[in-house]
Amino acid sequence: MSYKNQFHAETQLKLSPFFDRTSVLNESQEWRRWSGYLSATNYELNHENEYFAIRTKAALLDITPLYKYLIEGPDSQKFLHRLVTRNINICKVGQVMYTPWCDEKGKVIDDGTVQRLSDHKFRITSAEPNLEWLEHNSVGMDLAISDDSSTTAALALQGPNSRDILNAVAKETLDDLKFFWMKNTRFGDIPVSISRTGYTGDLGYEIWMDPSDALLVWDMLIEKGKPYGITPTGLQALDISRIEAGLILLDVDYISSRHALIESRKSSPFELGLGWSVKMKKDNFIGKRALEKELKNGPEWEFVGIEIEWAQLEKHYRKAGLAPGLPSTAWRTSTPLYSGSEQVGYATSGAWSPILKRYIALAHIKNGYSKEGTVLDFELKVEHFRKLTPAKVVKTPFFDPERKRSCPA
Amino acid sequence: MPSINKYDAIVIGGGHNGLTAAAYLSRAGKKVLVLERRHVLGGAAVTEEVFPGFKFSVCSYVVSLMKPNVMRELMLPKFGLELLPLESTFTPLDGDYLMRTADGDQTYREIARHSKKDAEAYKRFGPLMGQIGMAVRPILETIAPNALRPSLSDMLAAKRLLDHFKTLSNEQFEYLTKLMTMSSADFLDEWFEFEPLKSTMSASGIIGTFMGPRSPGSAYVMLHHYMGDIDGAFRAWGFQRGGTGEVSMAIARSAEHFGATIMTEASVKNVIVKNGRATGVALENGDEYISDMVISGLDPKLSFLKMVEEKELPSDFVRSIKNFRIRGSSGKVNLALDGLPDFTCLPGEGHHHRGAISISPDFDYLENAYDDAKYGNFSKRPFMDIILPSVLDPEMAPPGKHVMSCFVQYAPYNLKGGWDDNKREAFGDAVVNALARYAPNIKDIILHRQVLTPADLEDTFGLTEGNIFHGELTVQQLFSLRPAVKWADYTTPIKNYFQCGSGTHPGGGITGSPGEMAAKKILGIH
Repeated sequence: MSYKNQFHAETQLKLSPFFDRTSVLNESQEWRRWSGYLSATNYELNHENEYFAIRTKAALLDITPLYKYLIEGPDSQKFLHRLVTRNINICKVGQVMYTPWCDEKGKVIDDGTVQRLSDHKFRITSAEPNLEWLEHNSVGMDLAISDDSSTTAALALQGPNSRDILNAVAKETLDDLKFFWMKNTRFGDIPVSISRTGYTGDLGYEIWMDPSDALLVWDMLIEKGKPYGITPTGLQALDISRIEAGLILLDVDYISSRHALIESRKSSPFELGLGWSVKMKKDNFIGKRALEKELKNGPEWEFVGIEIEWAQLEKHYRKAGLAPGLPSTAWRTSTPLYSGSEQVGYATSGAWSPILKRYIALAHIKNGYSKEGTVLDFELKVEHFRKLTPAKVVKTPFFDPERKRSCPA
Repeated sequence: MPSINKYDAIVIGGGHNGLTAAAYLSRAGKKVLVLERRHVLGGAAVTEEVFPGFKFSVCSYVVSLMKPNVMRELMLPKFGLELLPLESTFTPLDGDYLMRTADGDQTYREIARHSKKDAEAYKRFGPLMGQIGMAVRPILETIAPNALRPSLSDMLAAKRLLDHFKTLSNEQFEYLTKLMTMSSADFLDEWFEFEPLKSTMSASGIIGTFMGPRSPGSAYVMLHHYMGDIDGAFRAWGFQRGGTGEVSMAIARSAEHFGATIMTEASVKNVIVKNGRATGVALENGDEYISDMVISGLDPKLSFLKMVEEKELPSDFVRSIKNFRIRGSSGKVNLALDGLPDFTCLPGEGHHHRGAISISPDFDYLENAYDDAKYGNFSKRPFMDIILPSVLDPEMAPPGKHVMSCFVQYAPYNLKGGWDDNKREAFGDAVVNALARYAPNIKDIILHRQVLTPADLEDTFGLTEGNIFHGELTVQQLFSLRPAVKWADYTTPIKNYFQCGSGTHPGGGITGSPGEMAAKKILGIH
């Protein structure tokens, strides 16, 4: 079935330490750029099997391209507490917190996770480079910041069987590891840290290791994971699951305030559905004063889930003599949403959810039109012509299985 | 009689259609009771751990025809519906193979190895069948009108269908007519030249039907199998995580969510009929339940020749039901394996293990298999449609082990001399031998074997003569004729007695459609 080959090509992009394995497994040879790395779009000719691995088995993703920074020193807690919107003072050793961080005007710069590795040591992940911002805000503090992006390799193992696989590989059981906590353990002799985190909204883990151990770790997971259906998985499948999980993506659903050319492109955490992560009771953090004001006046925008209703969608296609045209992959084309004749918002990413059998999207909606249950008109193109079709504001996450948070009894 | 035994509706049979009807009726606020004879729900769509650690979709094994609106309206994804894609069809041959996958380029390349002409034709064939499937969809979604004495709503339905047919192109109309009348072999001969491609495609025209690929009418059965869609993609087959029983369980959970009561090991003896009206049911154990209506999910033979007395029914109706063709033609062999079958023509583990495996090398092979059955024998070299569920869903078998589901044709219900244990085993041996021709290691890796003959399918699942569709899908018993003229709209000659099984329009397969439409008809009446 497959053509054996010696694929040799020079590339100007960075290669992850897992590339020796991923490059051979990638049957479609479809790659995307992710933070300057060559990153698999899908391993098979079609991403479907990889998507279902995330939701029904276990998917293995190379997430090394994430930006990672180590913050070390007596002031590291104080520094992070001031930097991000979450309360880092209550973050225990071994705990992980998802958080956005803002500029002085309360506009989001990036979002990621903060891992507390020890009393005075943290790791923070981000979608874009943040070293300059971190250093700029640490002036006068007793700490050291180092770029850990290429000194730590990372894999995500996501899906209902991910715990079983890790239990088969790791020295210690993962049964007691709670959602958004991490632990250090070993695969054989190899030290790894495992956090119960991910970007799929499913039961899942992220494994952090020294790049020189990367291939050994990969091989052990693939070998032990085989009876559990472990499947190397690319970004296409990940994109659908992160939309189902209602998780935002920088440069798709929002633009970093550090790079937005005009004010209207910036978003506050409240405008990105991250209000829950802004701890206004904290004495101080960057952007607090602006966010206080915004809270008083109410945010201009809300970030919500929408569901494009089936019946009318099907009618539009039937009229054109076609079966309903559902997107087979996630899209990220900004798409207008109307209330009557007025455009009141836009969807920034969407997908047909194969597990929910619903057509879903994430959207920015003007305050006042964003209440759950509100029906808006979604712009749809059928055979080159624009149609409007009803879409309802719904709760996110669209998909939220109990296993995401639960531990075995 | 305590009032607790009084229901708005009682559904006989916890198969997927009975459960669907129950879910829709409960959703509309009715107090519904479902009575299932067995200890498990699902009827033919059932998952059972036949051997310790090895789970099987014992009978029905794949899903594609499940109606999207049923999934939505009953919220089945929330209750556990998870359909994994079956990505390919693999036909092993002596020294070579044919492979079709979900990828157009790959499939073109694979067919072109055998015939470039076919590879091109194949690219046009699929979309055309999809369009025809779409053209037929409105028929499937219409409650079959009474053709002789149409009511006002019947006439409106017929008018809508006529209007719809006016929108068909000449090409669509031509192929639709051909599909309704021709044999699948003749139909495919018009399109393709490579025999294994044609014979494998024709196989969906014989599944569940006592016909060979050269029998006129088999093209329609092929079309029936083309009408399914998953996520808008026509002709996509799926495997339910946990087996087909989980489809039934999702529907059952939905029904219970809406308030239905479901009882297992509650075998109905008969429907209680008073003054031409159904008023309840009596169980084998003597219990009785009263209700305003009774809905049978059983096949027409059981619904009308067993559940009620003949004297309650008009004689012409009884004659129609007796003549309703329900010949069983297939068996099922479920294997627990120590490893994967290794195919001589494509050694090692690969994508071909993840889809359907079809033992259908040429028309003569299939037609010879049919000939055996025609004269009262099981096929010495049977047609098989095989899947390996554990490759798609590792939880179906212990780690490293596998389960294999072989749908086998032909196995006539009326075997010469009747079925017995020896013949069952001989049938199982024929299946294993037919497999071993292409995957010789199969004999060494079989840990357990379950062989189900049509007689077993009848005994275990209540499928009369072991027919998986509750009656053949041939033109004379479709639409307004299924199961009998005048009674194709889910009503029966007995007042308040309804039918909702696969023996009603639009027929068999895991569709939910008969159950859904029966419930909607009933809710329209009541």
